[in-house]
Amino acid sequence: MPVRFARSDRKLLILAIFIATGFIYLARIFYLQVINKSYATSANNNVLRYVTQYPARGLIYDRNGKVLVVNEAVYDLMVVPREAKHADTAQICSLLGLSKEDYIKRMETACKYSMMLPSAFEKQISKETYGYLQEKLYRLQGFYVQPRTIRKYPRAVAAHLLGYVGEVTPGYIEKNPYYKQGDYIGVNGLERTYEKELRGIKGMKIRMVDVHNRDVGSFEKGAYDTAAVMGSDLYTGIDLDLQEYGEQLLANKKGSAIAIEPQTGEILCFISSPTYDPNLLVGRVRSKNFAQLNNDSITKPLYNRAIMGLYPPGSTFKMAVDLVGLQMGVITPNTYFSCQGPESWPIKCTHYHGSPLNVYSAIEQSCNPFHFQVFKAILNDPRYSNIRDRYDVWYKHLFSMGFGHSLKTDLAYELNGYIPTVNFYDKTYDKRWNTMTVRSLSIGQGEILTTPVQLVNYAGMIANRGFYYPPHVVRSVGNMKNKTPFSTRKNISSIDAAHYDVIKKGMELVVERGTATAAKLDNIAIAGKTGTVQNPHGGDHSLFIGYAPAGNPKIAICVVIENAGYGSTYAAPIASLMIEKYLMHTVTHKENEERFKNMNLLYGSRKK
Amino acid sequence: MAPEKNKSIFRNVDKTLVLLYLALVFIGWINIYAAVHNTDHSSIFDLSQNYGKQLLWIGTSLIIVVMILLTDTRFFNVFAYGIYGIVIVVLIGVLFFGKEIYGSKSWFQIGGFALQPAEFGKFATNLAIAKYLSSIDFDKKKKLSKFIPLVIIGIPAILILLQNDTGSALVYASFGLVFYREGMPAYILAIIAGLAVLTIMALLINQFVLMGCLFALAVLIFYFYRKQRKVWGFIIALFIASSAYISTVDYAFDHFLEPHQQTRINVLLGKKIDIKKDGYNVNQSKIAIGSGKLLGKGFLKGTQTKFNFVPKQSTDFIFCTIGEEWGFLGALVLISLYISLFVRIVMIAERQRTDFARIYGYGVASILFFHFAINIGMTIGLIPVIGIPLPFLSYGGSSLWAFTILLFIFIKQDSTRLSGR
Ligand SMILES: [Zn+2]
Repeated sequence: MPVRFARSDRKLLILAIFIATGFIYLARIFYLQVINKSYATSANNNVLRYVTQYPARGLIYDRNGKVLVVNEAVYDLMVVPREAKHADTAQICSLLGLSKEDYIKRMETACKYSMMLPSAFEKQISKETYGYLQEKLYRLQGFYVQPRTIRKYPRAVAAHLLGYVGEVTPGYIEKNPYYKQGDYIGVNGLERTYEKELRGIKGMKIRMVDVHNRDVGSFEKGAYDTAAVMGSDLYTGIDLDLQEYGEQLLANKKGSAIAIEPQTGEILCFISSPTYDPNLLVGRVRSKNFAQLNNDSITKPLYNRAIMGLYPPGSTFKMAVDLVGLQMGVITPNTYFSCQGPESWPIKCTHYHGSPLNVYSAIEQSCNPFHFQVFKAILNDPRYSNIRDRYDVWYKHLFSMGFGHSLKTDLAYELNGYIPTVNFYDKTYDKRWNTMTVRSLSIGQGEILTTPVQLVNYAGMIANRGFYYPPHVVRSVGNMKNKTPFSTRKNISSIDAAHYDVIKKGMELVVERGTATAAKLDNIAIAGKTGTVQNPHGGDHSLFIGYAPAGNPKIAICVVIENAGYGSTYAAPIASLMIEKYLMHTVTHKENEERFKNMNLLYGSRKK
Repeated sequence: MAPEKNKSIFRNVDKTLVLLYLALVFIGWINIYAAVHNTDHSSIFDLSQNYGKQLLWIGTSLIIVVMILLTDTRFFNVFAYGIYGIVIVVLIGVLFFGKEIYGSKSWFQIGGFALQPAEFGKFATNLAIAKYLSSIDFDKKKKLSKFIPLVIIGIPAILILLQNDTGSALVYASFGLVFYREGMPAYILAIIAGLAVLTIMALLINQFVLMGCLFALAVLIFYFYRKQRKVWGFIIALFIASSAYISTVDYAFDHFLEPHQQTRINVLLGKKIDIKKDGYNVNQSKIAIGSGKLLGKGFLKGTQTKFNFVPKQSTDFIFCTIGEEWGFLGALVLISLYISLFVRIVMIAERQRTDFARIYGYGVASILFFHFAINIGMTIGLIPVIGIPLPFLSYGGSSLWAFTILLFIFIKQDSTRLSGR
């Protein structure tokens, strides 16, 4: 029957497929196992050793091409426990200065990790020991030396900015299989943010090792080897000289100083004080030093005040109040309010000046009553039916100026700061609150909290007449042309540019003849504003924000000195020195420079 | 085979199949033992319990064997759709309540054990296919009759695909052989083979170069057949269809596949060398097998297959251990055992009196063959890394149970083919 025939034909084809597959596979296996001689060279006694090729991490440069971080070669002595059974124990102990017990303990740790995979027996051995080891290695079966690199900081500055590198934790390895035990990873700062770019790509060499621990060549002529790819370099906007100078000025003080280039948001210097030598957190000494720094609960050198320190902005906030008032139309440059000096109510004035006064003089003289009146006008704007709506408008304007939220800089752990919300007051005061309840906001006190990086961003935004790019350290990655995405993130405030001109004029007057004459320079016009921030935990914080040159801003700066006293006495002259240093590379007020370098304000304030 | 005289449940059971089954299960167990064995520190590896657990799975599998042999043969035919329906419901359930292991949300956690329902989809679908193709509803002339079998295999395949278990979903393609045996025109197999070749070419060669080659080929054929006008249209249509298909493959590869899947394919095609990831698995596996040479390193003497050198060595890469420790000789024995199993199943299927039993038998052979071909092909670097188990050998309770059920339902059918019970 033709149909029957066709069916059995089909059966035969199916059987043929099965059998043919079997033969093809056997032929392939025969090729792999018998014909391909490359596997034969890996005789029974030979061991294949998988040697990881660690790439050097990328370097980090400042804006002038000076290097902030370099790499230094170190050597780890690795052990494969299974192969190390016949190694000369005494030899190793004497080379490394170990006791027999140490040896056994380390071997047990290695065994616990893996019998077949290498683990570090002694990390970062010195060059001399490495030299001895090379000669004796043939007697040390199962041991080999693994070159690696660690970080080195030639100028020993910018510790908080750069962060540090540490060994990857087991929990992290589980989630990120790229990392293996003993690998390094950026833990904080730029090392953390740009870990992927900096780390490069690990390579792998497969070596054949004979019974005498001799390397007898690469497996299959290196066909399966992969080369390590070096990490990408980071090009930052940091000015290394300014960074170093600022750190010297802030030495033995608690506080921070950040400067940015207003037009781009590039961070010029990023100082959190007290700081530490970044070389302390490298290599074998890292964990010991880390514990020591971490235990210093008085000066907290590991605490990054520049992005984590929360301060009420104090009088530096007054420009924001005026900007909202001008934008809402509740004041104009020709609006005058009177000031009764210390007799003023409900907020006293801390300065003596003429009255009544307009917005220019009010900024110049940091007049509290004037700004209370502006704030009151905002919260009584007749165009809105109730205070909640008016407060919301105020809140939104502040938000657009970069307050109350993280600026998404490229530094980890940046805090949001805080601008109280309508909800917050409703909860706190059971919905019964009014202008009087929240009056402290008008002078930057009360519940409002800002970080130094938000304040410098605010200064830069005023310099730019109403826009900012998020402050950021890294301009480009890998090469100069590969820009980081910050330059596309332009934020425009909800205040018209024209209103900024009013504020800027006031800030120029502050340095010219107002509260910050201590910052005045003959050769550079600085615009700025001081702040003396009341603080329930101790002496007042001294603040200054500003930019220069006033006509064509190249640098915006914020200086915070904790528990020091008046903004005009500490923060303003320090900022002035740094501005001059950046713009002129030299300073005129040498006596100020010496005074601040040697001033110690670490343990309590000098004056209340 | 002469029928046995005793009246036990093993009466008329095909001894060859049972022996082949037991041999494969045993080989699997000793190699799982070898894969995790370590003379120095056997206790410090978490997975050192695998061979112990596998023994438990083997024991329970034998209980399942007895239960199947005790069941009335007609049960499987009568309840084929019911079993299929239950498995489909479970497969839907796992999408919502399942646990994710190795990136596939396809497991049910019951106490300390994880079950993978997808494994049980195979025999259930095979029952449903056999039932439908052997029923009177099935009429080859009706379009609907051709469509329904595709739906029967399509539903579980899609559900398993949704669990992110591509390998297990691909297995349903093996029913193509069953359909072919049951009368699907040969040209469909030819088209599938043609598409496979075109797919590989499209991935290997720039699509425009490939189209140029096809065009040249078309012109050549055109020249030879220039006098037969009827063929012209056919050649042009074929050329256009192939070109469109190549573009589609190219586009799909770039837009629909995830980066890790693209890498796997590129590594296999030799376009990219990536020792650390999938290339790493395949190269490690090839090194391990290659180092076994003709006679192997000997039982428990393998070095490459242990620890982290070959990942998942007791599940998907169990063949590495065999290749390394038993050499080419071991591989020859193992592959011969498998081929014998497949051939024996086909021969027994052909002697069945009912269409149901025959079709089911072909399904068993096709599914087992598909697993065998993919798994070993992967370890010797002939096929992309697709994680599916080697039947009866790989570590894992779900797969061993499911393959045992699959095979023994067929053995039970065969044992009662004369009595009809
Ligand atoms: Zn006043």
